Amino acid sequence: MSAIEWLAAPLRHAFMVRALIASVLVGGLCSVVGAFVVLRSMAFLGDAIAHSVLPGIATGMLVAGRGDRRSLFWWALATSVLVALGIGWVSRRGRLREETAIGIVFAGTFALGIALLSRVRGFALDLVHVLFGDVLGVSTADLVLIAAFGAGVLLVIFLFYKELLLVSFDATHAATLRLPVAAYQSLTLVLVAVTVVVSLQVVGLALTLALLVAPASTALLFVRRVPHAMAVGAAVGAASGILGLYVSYYLSVASGAAIVLVAIAAFLFSLAIDGLRRRVRRA
Amino acid sequence: MIMRNRPVQLRSVRAQQPAPHDPTAPAIDARELSVAYGERFALRDVTFSLRAGQRLAVIGPNGAGKSTLLKVAGGLLFATSGTLLVHGHAPRDHLCVAYVPQRSNVDWRFPLRVADVVLTGRTGRLGALRWPGRRDRELSRDAMERVGLGQLADRLIGELSGGEQQRMFIARAMAQEAEIVLLDEPLAGLDVPATSEVIALLRELRQATLVVALHDLAIAAANFDRVLLLRERMIQFGTPSDVFRPEFLEPAYGGCVRLVETERGRLVVHDDACAKGES
Repeated sequence: MSAIEWLAAPLRHAFMVRALIASVLVGGLCSVVGAFVVLRSMAFLGDAIAHSVLPGIATGMLVAGRGDRRSLFWWALATSVLVALGIGWVSRRGRLREETAIGIVFAGTFALGIALLSRVRGFALDLVHVLFGDVLGVSTADLVLIAAFGAGVLLVIFLFYKELLLVSFDATHAATLRLPVAAYQSLTLVLVAVTVVVSLQVVGLALTLALLVAPASTALLFVRRVPHAMAVGAAVGAASGILGLYVSYYLSVASGAAIVLVAIAAFLFSLAIDGLRRRVRRA
Repeated sequence: MIMRNRPVQLRSVRAQQPAPHDPTAPAIDARELSVAYGERFALRDVTFSLRAGQRLAVIGPNGAGKSTLLKVAGGLLFATSGTLLVHGHAPRDHLCVAYVPQRSNVDWRFPLRVADVVLTGRTGRLGALRWPGRRDRELSRDAMERVGLGQLADRLIGELSGGEQQRMFIARAMAQEAEIVLLDEPLAGLDVPATSEVIALLRELRQATLVVALHDLAIAAANFDRVLLLRERMIQFGTPSDVFRPEFLEPAYGGCVRLVETERGRLVVHDDACAKGES
């Protein structure tokens, strides 16, 4: 089999083409938003928001039925945005340590989600899809949703870039410049929440964190500016999506896991290169 | 009205239009200012006023309320009772107050260049949905030249020395066109040459009113027009010679400070080991 055949073979299936498009979109989007997640050290928060989606989806299944995927998206979106705002509010009150608040929300919402899901018939399969993604089942309508919300997130980041960056770097200074700091902090969390929901079908809520953190961290090893980190990260994330799907196709492994493993491998490889580079520079 | 501060919270309400300066009012006017976090008071009954262009050193042991005072003046915390006015208005109505954080509170791994950080000083004046223009870049460039960082504009902030980091924040305050600059422990952790560079730079900020939290009493005595001595309550406010007296310093620092009369004048002896025991 020639290289071209090797590359073209999966594309004969329409579902693989849709999956590739979805993976590229989600890989890119996660990496841009991930730059904020990494820079503000909120990986744990991102993971909590991802897991908080479960009760929303479970409620959606109970209310609208398992088959209605479109309405599950909206249920997930509403829940994650609500939880993101809730975590932001709790952590600003300052009575609890932020970590503690996040841990409680994380475990609590996840348990609630599983409890609700256990009332749905055939829940094991649903749970697997929600946790680990179902990129091969992406429909054209799903792609439209992913593209629309992804574009919305990127547009908001573009429009409020200087405020979001300033609030991330130095919230105190932002407050003396009379920026509505709490609103921008909440906006950052909402952007993470929307990104998680958009990514749900590709990598699932258990693995979204990896796409938020790994490509952005890879990029941050090599670039000196935040916009460059976003661009390089998006490229790494999209490439991980493509490569991961090919790995999944030829090795018959779960596609979400394959994408994440490729992204992590890229990070570890870059870390090794960066270590070598530093050693050479010192010598 | 009594307002409670929650510990970590930063308060900020966007000023629709920065308040006009009242030319008859002092630059900073604090009256019976008290601040509590929950039940615990960080500052009680502080009364002082500064004219525009005066330089105030705020001194006192750790936990005396120096940072709290700076945060109230910056509009980051509310007074629990009493008032603090900046040019006749609440601090939050102004865009002309710059706050320079302690260096240890900054994430130096952030991938920003010196020029990027200095340019963020313009964010408040620009408002949302607008990108920095030519005038903003010129102001930032001038500010970097003035603090001697013109050559380092493209350097990453994590690659700067302590003194350069501090000068970068002063440049950011200049780019903000700040008239009041609040500096929280700007000399902490700096070596002797860097300390004198920063002090020289503060002297150059002629037009600005400065409020500087300091640990080094000798520097406070030599470089400032006014000194405010705190230990939760205000112990004394006045010129350095008004404040640096044993009857004020000893209650503030306990046994940690002694004034020693020598042939060359009065000497402040500060016992660091003792101060570390303070919370």
